[in-house]
Amino acid sequence: MGGSGSGKTTVLRLIGGQLRPSSGSVNIDGQIVHTLKTDQLYQLRRKMGMLFQHGALFTDLTAFENVAFPLREHTDLNEELIRTLVLMKLHAVGLRNAAQLKPAEISGGMGRRVALARAIALDPELIMYDEPFAGLDPISMGVTANLIRNLNDALGSTSILVSHDVKECFAIADYVYFLSSGKIVAHGTPAEMAVSTHPYVKQFVNAEADGPVPFHYPGKSLADDLGLHAGAGR
Amino acid sequence: MIARFLAAIGAWLRNSVQDLGFAVRSFFLIIASSGGLWRRPRLVIEQLFFIGNRSLVITAVSGLFVGMVLGLQGYYTLTTYGAEQSLGLLVALSLTRELGPVVTALLFAGRAGTSLTAEIGLMKAGEQLSAMEMMAVNPIQRVLAPRFWAGVIAMPILGAIFTAVGIIGSYLVGVILIGVDEGSFWSQMQSGVDVWKEVGNGTIKSLVFGIAVTFIALFQGYQAQPTPEDVSGATTRTVVISSLMVWWLDFMMTALMFSK
Repeated sequence: MGGSGSGKTTVLRLIGGQLRPSSGSVNIDGQIVHTLKTDQLYQLRRKMGMLFQHGALFTDLTAFENVAFPLREHTDLNEELIRTLVLMKLHAVGLRNAAQLKPAEISGGMGRRVALARAIALDPELIMYDEPFAGLDPISMGVTANLIRNLNDALGSTSILVSHDVKECFAIADYVYFLSSGKIVAHGTPAEMAVSTHPYVKQFVNAEADGPVPFHYPGKSLADDLGLHAGAGR
Repeated sequence: MIARFLAAIGAWLRNSVQDLGFAVRSFFLIIASSGGLWRRPRLVIEQLFFIGNRSLVITAVSGLFVGMVLGLQGYYTLTTYGAEQSLGLLVALSLTRELGPVVTALLFAGRAGTSLTAEIGLMKAGEQLSAMEMMAVNPIQRVLAPRFWAGVIAMPILGAIFTAVGIIGSYLVGVILIGVDEGSFWSQMQSGVDVWKEVGNGTIKSLVFGIAVTFIALFQGYQAQPTPEDVSGATTRTVVISSLMVWWLDFMMTALMFSK
């Protein structure tokens, strides 16, 4: 968790090998991600699923075709089996009956759920969620949060969820890391973090306007900008 | 002052070389990623429909009017020299050698090229290409390569259609409306147009334009920053760069193909 610009999405992109670290390394399943060749990286990514902030559904394909996409790309399953698998995934996210709708025909929350079904199409060992609750109404947010937790338990996979929604995250996460300016500043279980006295965590959890994260963008003071120095009016 | 001027020129040169290198590398990456399309020709066929079939109407209508204007202008000019019987030959040579390939390429850049750039740019802005990468699907292989080959295949076909419809247009104006002798119109065309030299070279031109315009369109879309301003800028760049490239390539190829 962390505020905007704290480096949350960057961490996901480093794990997925979409960014190269300027220093250090990311170890996934015993492999150093940035040292992998393209083929090896793609092999590793087959064990991952990722839910993008706005779903990143293919707008020219229906919900069904979107979920079928990774299955068609990476397996030689026949159409009958693909259909069964896709409908099961869509059923898991409650959208089996929306299978033939295109992304433009469904709501943002539903789109996120289709993207979730696509992310789990190949039963990944690691699922990454990039701001899955952003822009959702409270009902969709609750539905998505429950789905993430339930699917994680059902698939037995590892989930890394990046968000700044305190309530939903604390409700479904086992362990929370707080990021600020690209660094981990605090970590613990949701219960521990809820009562943390760490200034950043306290400000974040209680949604305080000012604190370690200043309200004003750093720079010159207002007095400097307006030329209000002692004796300036003389 | 002079140091800053030199530094600016140096930076421009370095960026230009870097961009050119990246473009060449991308071009070869698309070619190298195309092997898988033999196993999945459906991907190319789908794009051939989107790129080629949807450019058909504008190509055919433009060809018809260009041919009609050419018939009219050609007749006025040839009448001065009492050579109006050569109208068919004049039109056929103009269309097969130059106007067919060049005008089709310019229309293609405006119709299909901009569409390709906007599509790829918006896919990038919507994180669809990133999503593909995270699904272990290479977007160059899955998205760019099929569109590239569809453009390369579509261009000579569209060029041939433009030329054929253009000849029909000039026939309608020259023979049906004005009354040029039909026998002379077709026979002079038949005897003066060489299949390999005219039609063959025209097809090669179309093929080269297809490679250039489609690659420029895809590259601009793939390179665009995921913002509305840059996607719209990339679309404009596609038309400008493609058009200039078509003129330059046309001059070079004409000099090589038709010089004696």
